[in-house]
Amino acid sequence: MCTYLTESIEAAGSGKGANGWFGLSEVNVYFDHPVHAPADHTLNIDFANPAKGPAARVAVELTTETARALVKAIEATLAAVPAGLA
Amino acid sequence: MKESLTAETVMIAGHGGDQIEAYLARPQDTQTFGGIVVIHHMPGYDSSTKEIARKFAAHGYAAIMPNLYWRDAPGASPDDAAAAARAKGGVPDERLVGDVGGAAEYLRGMAGCNGKIGVIGYCSGGRQSFLSACSLPLQAAVDCYGGAVVHVPEQAPASMKPIVGLAKDLSCPLLGLFGADDQFPPPAETAELSQVLDSFGKPHEFHTFEGAGHAFFSPDRPSYRVDAATKGWELVWDFFGKHLAS
Repeated sequence: MCTYLTESIEAAGSGKGANGWFGLSEVNVYFDHPVHAPADHTLNIDFANPAKGPAARVAVELTTETARALVKAIEATLAAVPAGLA
Repeated sequence: MKESLTAETVMIAGHGGDQIEAYLARPQDTQTFGGIVVIHHMPGYDSSTKEIARKFAAHGYAAIMPNLYWRDAPGASPDDAAAAARAKGGVPDERLVGDVGGAAEYLRGMAGCNGKIGVIGYCSGGRQSFLSACSLPLQAAVDCYGGAVVHVPEQAPASMKPIVGLAKDLSCPLLGLFGADDQFPPPAETAELSQVLDSFGKPHEFHTFEGAGHAFFSPDRPSYRVDAATKGWELVWDFFGKHLAS
């Protein structure tokens, strides 16, 4: 199915797309049909800056298992950051 | 039939008269033909749906697929455009109807078109095919596993409403092709839609394939089911042949 499920957040940082690095303004997270991944549904993330055009986007399509592992890896990494750096 | 065809990108007048991109495939070896508007799925105006348009042309129909995301990202690659459209909340129903209506008018204006126009859509396009057939004067409509017709998922945008209430306005026969293992729409929901159509005396035939779930027509996805897809295409050819023939 098309889930229509989308979570969007404002973002600060940078991403590297097809045309090089660009500043990010938002991240959209959704669970729906992938374009490329060999699965019926994937957890998809677009790191984007719409002001720079639709191609200013870093896209990933992750299996559910990979997405959950990624969440843990991000949390673990942030938790291990020495005091005063983050 | 030699299955000769031509395919090209054209600009058409969509909702509100806006010029939008569309993919047109037309047969070369027939003088008169019916027309079919192909509604792409949520991943966008992509190669797999253009292939479907060419398939219809190979079978003797002029087929046109409007780029529903053109306004959101003109000239962008289909996947980038789909992402941009999604971030904006998707395609409003009113705009969809206007774009499909514009595509139908384009087909009617083609030399050789017999004036009979059908519509077909897959996944989100299945819902939009039903929506179009309830909003525009058409001769045939095919809904391939369109969800959110009777019940809308909780997580859907607030702008998305059930459209089963439009059933009384269905302008043409409807062919519904569904998977028994699909959860969106589940068989109980398509049965409910069938009952509503019966109550208004609207001609329709629904087929629910055992062993198939959502997107069983998609040969490039794990959901592909060769038996359901093969039988489904046979039903589509019979249905459009009956209602769109010259």
